[in-house]
Amino acid sequence: MVKLNVNGASHDVDIDPATPLLYVLRNDLKLNGAKFGCGLGQCGACTVMVDGKAVFSCLTPVMLVEGRQVKTVEGLGTIDEPGPMQQAFIEQQAAQCGYCIGGMMMRAQALLEAKPEAGDADIRQALEPNLCRCGTHMRILRAVARARDLMKSKSAGMAPAAATRRAS
Amino acid sequence: MKRFWIGVLILIVLCAVGFGAYAWKPAIDPIEPPQRASFDQALIEKGAILASVGNCTACHTKPGEKSFAGGLAVPTPFGTIYSTNITPDPKTGIGRWSEAAFGRAMREGVERDGDHLYPAFPFDHFTLVSDEDNKALYAYLMTRHPVENRRPANELPFPLNVRFVLAGWKLLFFHKGAYREDASQSAEWNRGAYLVEGLGHCGACHTPRNALGAELKRAHLAGGEAEGWSAFALNGLSSAPIPLTHDSLFAYLRQGWQAEHGVANGPMAEVTGNLGRLPDADISAIATYLVSQMGAPAPERVARSEEIRKNLAIDQGGTPIPASAATGSPTSRGVVIYQAACATCHDGSRPQPFGGIDFHLSATIAAPGPQNAINVVLFGLPAASGRQSPIMPGFAETLTENQVVDLLAYLREAYAGKPAWADAKAKLADTRSGKYQVSVRPSDGIERGPDNVGAKD
Repeated sequence: MVKLNVNGASHDVDIDPATPLLYVLRNDLKLNGAKFGCGLGQCGACTVMVDGKAVFSCLTPVMLVEGRQVKTVEGLGTIDEPGPMQQAFIEQQAAQCGYCIGGMMMRAQALLEAKPEAGDADIRQALEPNLCRCGTHMRILRAVARARDLMKSKSAGMAPAAATRRAS
Repeated sequence: MKRFWIGVLILIVLCAVGFGAYAWKPAIDPIEPPQRASFDQALIEKGAILASVGNCTACHTKPGEKSFAGGLAVPTPFGTIYSTNITPDPKTGIGRWSEAAFGRAMREGVERDGDHLYPAFPFDHFTLVSDEDNKALYAYLMTRHPVENRRPANELPFPLNVRFVLAGWKLLFFHKGAYREDASQSAEWNRGAYLVEGLGHCGACHTPRNALGAELKRAHLAGGEAEGWSAFALNGLSSAPIPLTHDSLFAYLRQGWQAEHGVANGPMAEVTGNLGRLPDADISAIATYLVSQMGAPAPERVARSEEIRKNLAIDQGGTPIPASAATGSPTSRGVVIYQAACATCHDGSRPQPFGGIDFHLSATIAAPGPQNAINVVLFGLPAASGRQSPIMPGFAETLTENQVVDLLAYLREAYAGKPAWADAKAKLADTRSGKYQVSVRPSDGIERGPDNVGAKD
């Protein structure tokens, strides 16, 4: 039995501990946002976040994420209330077939959580392990830059409210 | 008694004068930068190949910037040295160096203005280079695009920042003189020795150094260090599970990988990339000489290598489970990590270089120290840009420190038949924190290599 925390929810999964996290997410937890691309850690379609860092879930044995926080693209928001990363990808229409996009969003999310002021060069460099066969790279880059700006204005918007609370 | 002390004083003065005379080098007059037309094209082309042998670009170019313009920080145990600009820029490069000044720098490690050079510039090897080859190197470098780029000042503590001190280092460790043929050896062996010990300066990384940074003569090619990587022993201490032969070493150096020895990684990827310009005959000579330095492998080593070959031939995949892998042991956790994270490539059917090496063949896993294994697990093998290349994802974000240690313990026991490295955890922590610096380079893309830095400028 392996205990998992995915998108804030706890799960007990009865599975061989060497099973790749990706298979558990998709087959057992029915979270299909992370995709199987190459199975070799070379395309990035399976990228999820573990403790805030982007990892290839196809190469991560589920045993290794016990006690750590896993976040998948489903954890970034909902259809009714998309998170800033998802909102930005919708605004920029960054998906063509969409297969790589879940992984792209998770790697970008990990970057922006660690480095909210990431510049265009940082974004390019961070997304380097993730491949897109449709060729929507320019839109993806624009979407991540947009997500960065959305996140900044969101956190800037919250700051005055917090200040008011402290004042009262 | 008085006479004795006067004698001592005279002796001291004489020594000081003698050292001064040894240490003092005159400036060689600056020249007007020579015109390209003054150099023979064939000589320039010969110089280009020689510059690849010397791997000049690796230190004298900052990745992504103009070739040979210098300014790369070279960390040493004594402080940081910045490589010089060796483009023919008259102000900041070697544009005003005469051929004699260039030849003296190579032969003696002395700048045009008479200053001693730091041995980070491997003049202890370059001293062996023939006048003829120095002439070609000079022709090549003096016909590159001049780039105005003043390198940052070296960061060295007193007294190492006083260049006069370097004369003392030379007095202790430096033997000046061109290569002398060994008549008892073949012409090919001599050619290999000339390239390896001279311009190729293999020992600069592959020979351990003493506390003053000089190569240990008694441990020639016994394994050293380069940019955060272990440079494996090239003598009888080689850790390659299948002993290298002339043919396998030739193939490794020629193509940057070999089926029984894996893919060149770290700074060695750059070396094999640069060697790509050499004719087969020179690569073959290098292999001949190096294999002679390794000597015939011991019978036990030959037996083990035959066993490995036999097992690999019948192996249809499957993970070896060592006896110690009882539930809860480090190796048992290592098995699980290996199966999910490594086996898809390293136990797959794809041949090298695009499939992963079977670790039974890995000199890295069989090596005396864990550093290279740590580097590869954490940082992987980045893709070369714009061409097909071997690639491996890094696991720095995926694996915790203990998990890496468990994985290494498993790999050591199951594939090399050796106990876990005792210093793996400490070295891992220093590598992860960046206290121990490692340069990570694409497998064959050689980001500072001729294709990428415009050595064709």
